Amino acid sequence: MPKFINTVAAVMLVFAIAPPVLAVEVERVVSPGGIEAWLVRDNSVPITAIEFSFRGGGASDPAGKAGLADMTMSLLDEGAGDLDSQAFQGRAESLSIRLSFNAGRETVRGSLKTLNRNRGEALELLRLALTAPRFDADAVQRIRQQIVVSLSRASSNPNSVAGRTWRRAVFAGHPYGQPVSGTQKSIAGLSIDDMRNFVANRFTRQNLIVGVVGDISAQSLGPILDQVFGALPAAAPRAHLAQATIGSAGETFIVEMDNPQSVVVFGQAGVARNDPDYYAAYIMNHILGGGGFSSRLYQEVREKRGLAYSVYSYLNPARRGALISGGVATRNDRVAKTLSVIRQEWRRMRENGVAATELADAKTYLNGSYPLRLSSTSAIARMLVGMQYNDLGRDYIERRADLINAVTVADIKRVAQTLLDPDRLTVVIVGKPKDIEPTARTPEIES
Amino acid sequence: MARIVQIFVTSCMLFAGIAAPAHAAVFNPQSFTLDNGMQVVVVTNRRVPVVTHMIWYKVGAMDEPPGKSGLAHYLEHLMFKGTKTLKPGEFSAIVARNGGQENAFTSQDYTGYYQSVAADRLELMMKLEADRMTNLVLTDAAIEPERQVVIEERRSRIDNDPSAMLGEQVAAALYQNHPYRNPIIGWRHEIETRSRQDLLDFYRHWYAPNNAVLVISGDVTVDIVRPLAEKYYGVIPARKLPKRVVWREPPPAADRHVVLKDPRVRQPAWSRRFLAPSQVYGQSEHAYALRVLGEILSGGATSRLHRTLVVEDKIAVSAGAWYNGRTRGPGTFGFYASPPPDGDIDATIAAVNAQIDTLIADGVTEEEVAKAVRQLQDSAVYARDSYRTPARVFGAALAIGRTVADVEAWPERIGAVDAGAVNRAIEFVFKNRRSVTALLLPKPAS
Repeated sequence: MPKFINTVAAVMLVFAIAPPVLAVEVERVVSPGGIEAWLVRDNSVPITAIEFSFRGGGASDPAGKAGLADMTMSLLDEGAGDLDSQAFQGRAESLSIRLSFNAGRETVRGSLKTLNRNRGEALELLRLALTAPRFDADAVQRIRQQIVVSLSRASSNPNSVAGRTWRRAVFAGHPYGQPVSGTQKSIAGLSIDDMRNFVANRFTRQNLIVGVVGDISAQSLGPILDQVFGALPAAAPRAHLAQATIGSAGETFIVEMDNPQSVVVFGQAGVARNDPDYYAAYIMNHILGGGGFSSRLYQEVREKRGLAYSVYSYLNPARRGALISGGVATRNDRVAKTLSVIRQEWRRMRENGVAATELADAKTYLNGSYPLRLSSTSAIARMLVGMQYNDLGRDYIERRADLINAVTVADIKRVAQTLLDPDRLTVVIVGKPKDIEPTARTPEIES
Repeated sequence: MARIVQIFVTSCMLFAGIAAPAHAAVFNPQSFTLDNGMQVVVVTNRRVPVVTHMIWYKVGAMDEPPGKSGLAHYLEHLMFKGTKTLKPGEFSAIVARNGGQENAFTSQDYTGYYQSVAADRLELMMKLEADRMTNLVLTDAAIEPERQVVIEERRSRIDNDPSAMLGEQVAAALYQNHPYRNPIIGWRHEIETRSRQDLLDFYRHWYAPNNAVLVISGDVTVDIVRPLAEKYYGVIPARKLPKRVVWREPPPAADRHVVLKDPRVRQPAWSRRFLAPSQVYGQSEHAYALRVLGEILSGGATSRLHRTLVVEDKIAVSAGAWYNGRTRGPGTFGFYASPPPDGDIDATIAAVNAQIDTLIADGVTEEEVAKAVRQLQDSAVYARDSYRTPARVFGAALAIGRTVADVEAWPERIGAVDAGAVNRAIEFVFKNRRSVTALLLPKPAS
């Protein structure tokens, strides 16, 4: 049984970016029909990867229709054009075409990966999925049941319950408090018309962002972009998503679940991706609780005290409500102690910032490890989409090291004093904690 | 096709997508063996100036002495705790300072350590890894907090998750003799009582160059690797390895049913496992045909079980099968299914059983085989895309006793499978064979 046990849960590494040694040439392609894509030419494998997003994700689901983006995206490869679900999937599988769709909070995404020899058929399937999805009643019911079962299972998964409850507490009344995958009740209420409306309004050329990696010239990519995306409407009205206020500061909530280990989520307001202090915050978080085995939280909670297997913090620079949050899991009689260590580290960072050597080490790590992200054609294509979504510029891969290197000890101290407040952390504990009491009534979440 | 929940099999499927070895003359590895017996494989991928450096020890949970489960995994954690020249945590600090990412893993069959890093830092990684092959220092100050970390890991992975708890019980039923019956992470009472001496003995017995495979993939060539491997690993003397127990599983005499009812369960789930040959265990000539069979039954939305049970008959919300043959010990062939919301699990089970009966009675068709073979061969092309994948593929293969040539010949051997071979494998694995059936059920809270 190849059951791998990793020494560290590779959780939620925040995606930032690139050292100068990296020669990745990003071309900007504009099709004859005016569709833009960013392209990296690569002929090391006979594979083409296309990744794309449409702006507007699950957070834009209408009130009472949480999960609409997610469910609709799940149905795009369940039949399109003349092909019903089995015919569509059968064509893709017989040609080893890997096509998938999913929804995030701010965008909905698609991913196509194909052998070059089947590229024509792959593009045609993608075009059909985007422009002529069928939403056959049969397929809709099947996907609805899959989602309901998955939500039902998640309702007793402590990690899922902790995350959902935390979001509900922090984003009370804001769409960010809604789960992207919806609730069993909201999923049951979604209609095929809802999904057709979603496609008509979300899949527009204005919302579209495309990244391509493969052995393909800028010239030949243009007509392909028109073939796949050219029939989409230019634009459609988009609902405005209000800025969220981060609530429940300083509260501790408990969801009782009969488990031997409590799962804890904690966090507070963070910093936006386009904030001038983003990189200072990013490095600060890396030192505090970022990936790898060297962060302060990892050292203090895990290495020195053996309180947890996994402990981390991360920046979530969501557009309408940026966060710095984290997680830990520890036995029920050590929750208070663990949280006290975490708060202490939050305070130490706020009061003392970081040492010059810590900052230098963080920079060499973040710059040196950046190219590791370029692990496959689709990983690079996803990166191209992210760079466009965040307006980072085509030269970002070269520029990123400068942005990292410009951060000073003083920048980090300033950012830490603004962001980190151990007394205002919102904490959700799922389990049977024995040494801690809630400060407020836990918000109910629907499963 | 949305989320097909496979709650029983996730642990067996973890690396399934990428562990498919690749096309003949596709990875084009270069390999050699050091004088001390250490195997080295190099796969060049120049897209990005990075490398993955992996060392695989041919020792895993199955090699633990009786009564000392969890030892291999606990030791893996402690390999980060310092050597004669490095303080606890210093290894990781150096890797991070050099822009490297690292981790380690333990399976029943092997234990692996890796770093991904800029290509010009490869030598440093080799120096560090070679150092901890022989110079590990274990102090109580390191061992004791880590014991608690491992127990917390066990709580996270097993105790907090009823499906994982059931998985442990199923393994203990499926393997009546083979040490696969013990969980990799170990039984808690045995983690609690492992001594420093147990850990050191295990380390000294098994962590030796002649029990290791080094795989390096990425922007590097064998000309660069060979002198470095000789310099850092080549100077470590080979060691006499303990005699391995040749475990053989008796033919099961009875069907076994393992049922877990737990208030935390929201949706019932069913699975059934048969012992099977692996690539190196038992009648391993069936291994390629079984891999093809797994693809026919469960390789995507148009595969047999999903199409019939989920799409057409709507008797299951998810259904499929898996074959795990990349093991030193017995392989497994399994089936799983879950009923639709508010569905009747007995009806689902009856429908899967009917599918298994049909499979045994009628076998598979040449058309099904041809489609599955093509998909598998194409997956080998995709496996070349990432600079990390080749290191995993070769490491996992060589660590269980396969050869570089086996990996390179994989697409060809898959291509040689025909319906006759699959049908013989079906007869061998399933006909009149006893299995273990697992059932995960909700239980009203008392």
